[in-house]
Amino acid sequence: MIKLKYVIKIYPDGTEAVKDFSLEIKKGELCIFLGPSGCGKTTSMKMINRLIPMTSGKIYIDGVDVMKLNPNELRRGIGYAIQNIGLFPHLTVEENITTVPMLKKWPKTRQRARAEELLKLVGMDPQTFLERYPSELSGGQQQRVGVARCLGADPPILLMDEPFGAIDPITRGKLQDEFLKIQSKIKKTIAFVTHDINEAIKMGDKIALMQEGKLVQFNDPATLLNSPKNEFVRNFVGADRVLKGLRLYRARDIMQEPPLKVKVGDNPVKVRDRMKRDMLKWSMLVDGQNHFLGWITYADLEKAKSLREIMVPPAVTTAPETLLNEAMSMMFNSAIGNLAVIDDQEHLLGVLTFDIIRNILGKENSGNQKRFGGSKQ
Amino acid sequence: MRKYIILGLLLGILLGLTIWMTSLGSVGIFKMAPPMKVLSATVRHLQIVEAAELLAITIGIPIGFLSTRRACRFISPVLIGTANVGQTVPTLAFIGIAGAVLGMGYKAAVIALLVYAMLPIIRNTYAGIRSVDPALKAAVKEAARGMGMSMLQVTAKVEMRLAMPIILAGIRTSMVVNVGTAAIAGMIGSGGLGELIVTGIAVRVTQLILQGAAPTAALAIILDALIGGVETWVTPRGLKALKSAQWQQ
Repeated sequence: MIKLKYVIKIYPDGTEAVKDFSLEIKKGELCIFLGPSGCGKTTSMKMINRLIPMTSGKIYIDGVDVMKLNPNELRRGIGYAIQNIGLFPHLTVEENITTVPMLKKWPKTRQRARAEELLKLVGMDPQTFLERYPSELSGGQQQRVGVARCLGADPPILLMDEPFGAIDPITRGKLQDEFLKIQSKIKKTIAFVTHDINEAIKMGDKIALMQEGKLVQFNDPATLLNSPKNEFVRNFVGADRVLKGLRLYRARDIMQEPPLKVKVGDNPVKVRDRMKRDMLKWSMLVDGQNHFLGWITYADLEKAKSLREIMVPPAVTTAPETLLNEAMSMMFNSAIGNLAVIDDQEHLLGVLTFDIIRNILGKENSGNQKRFGGSKQ
Repeated sequence: MRKYIILGLLLGILLGLTIWMTSLGSVGIFKMAPPMKVLSATVRHLQIVEAAELLAITIGIPIGFLSTRRACRFISPVLIGTANVGQTVPTLAFIGIAGAVLGMGYKAAVIALLVYAMLPIIRNTYAGIRSVDPALKAAVKEAARGMGMSMLQVTAKVEMRLAMPIILAGIRTSMVVNVGTAAIAGMIGSGGLGELIVTGIAVRVTQLILQGAAPTAALAIILDALIGGVETWVTPRGLKALKSAQWQQ
């Protein structure tokens, strides 16, 4: 647990970088320090491991005042990752990862085992990469090694300063997903600095939005999006804040059972009667093993001989992990306007419709700020 | 591969020349130095070079390093300027001054050599540390500090290691120059192979001069190759790639 109490940073030239900043990051929580550049988010983070000395205030880690600790010992107990990664170019991947274990004088065999374990954790093959040098890695691989290195001695706390900042958007998205997956396993207490609202919404359990050295709003992402405290927050999250809220969900969180699931062999006339009775415009066709085949529309049933003949094959389908904003843009590409959610064996799991999404967003906006359970991995 | 053949050939010629000259026994009324004398002169020569070089490294690297520090910024232009200008002073003048001030002999020679050898080391240490890409250095140093390295560890394990190839190049230059300068130091009675050359010049016997000059040249070549080897050995692959990437830009 990290606790900042009335922390103030005034630089020698008189600049007030951080003003009266108080905040608590609970154990196992990923807290985002968010704000425009120059808002003091990085300064605040760096005061936690004393890379920047605070002017006044107190910072506690698990109840211990950081000023009472030796700064180097303190830092060895806190993982640290930065935007420019800062891998040591003269050391191998293994030596980079084991920097802190080396400083802590772990035995060599334990260091080696740890490096292998961490490389596997970040999805890199130890056999291939342990002996490589940073200059022999791609940008994405360097970031992964950077993450592995900050986990080196298994610190309970991580400080991350835009750790995925210096890479292309596609790789960044992938690394964010992977990191969330890792975090769900390792449950570190994390202070994570970013200026990217989308990254904040996707990654954060809590978001601390800062402006000119002050903490403006400290909430979970959904609350920040749905009840911005003032004009600054509203502007910062953007006019499309409702749409941004889509990133808080994955398809599996809100998908529903299809209103009507029909099997290949069903009698078209009976299906038509059923749809007429329930006033359904469409239904979903599956085979005997629940594999999704396509859409049946009521209008087409008029001329039907068999369901397979009139079925409209899906232009797109989606996986349950898909973020809702991506799912929605796929729905615009779907002829029916709905989206089938299928697993990797093409079994039909559920369906997303515009109505469902509108309900979700409407609920959020009418003040129900409870986030759907398990929206993160 | 071709490099090694040429190197071997050259060494063969020089050593052959030395043995041939020594085997002459005498030229006219002048006696050539006996084999044991050539050997002891070579050892003495090496002693002078090594003593001066080791001292130059232990003094030169810290001076070069300190001149890159912010606290020493006011004095570093003077230091680096002196190092640069100092190298333009002819070695002969250096030796002459040292001999005149400190008296003849081994000690004066070592001190003269030490000062002269220090210059490329200071300059390359300074340049080596400064030449690391500032963005890379800032990131690497921040990461190192953030992970709990002390200032001393950041310097030793990171900053100096990144500058190492260029510092070693400085040591290599100074070592080779040193072998030649040590020969000139023969004039102030330091002993070593220079003594044979000086004697040869005094009595104008080419064979005597060659007897001292050929092993001196061989020594320079061997030492240069040796440090060259150390250089490639201690420069990690990561830095070599970095260097070639910088060249490509």
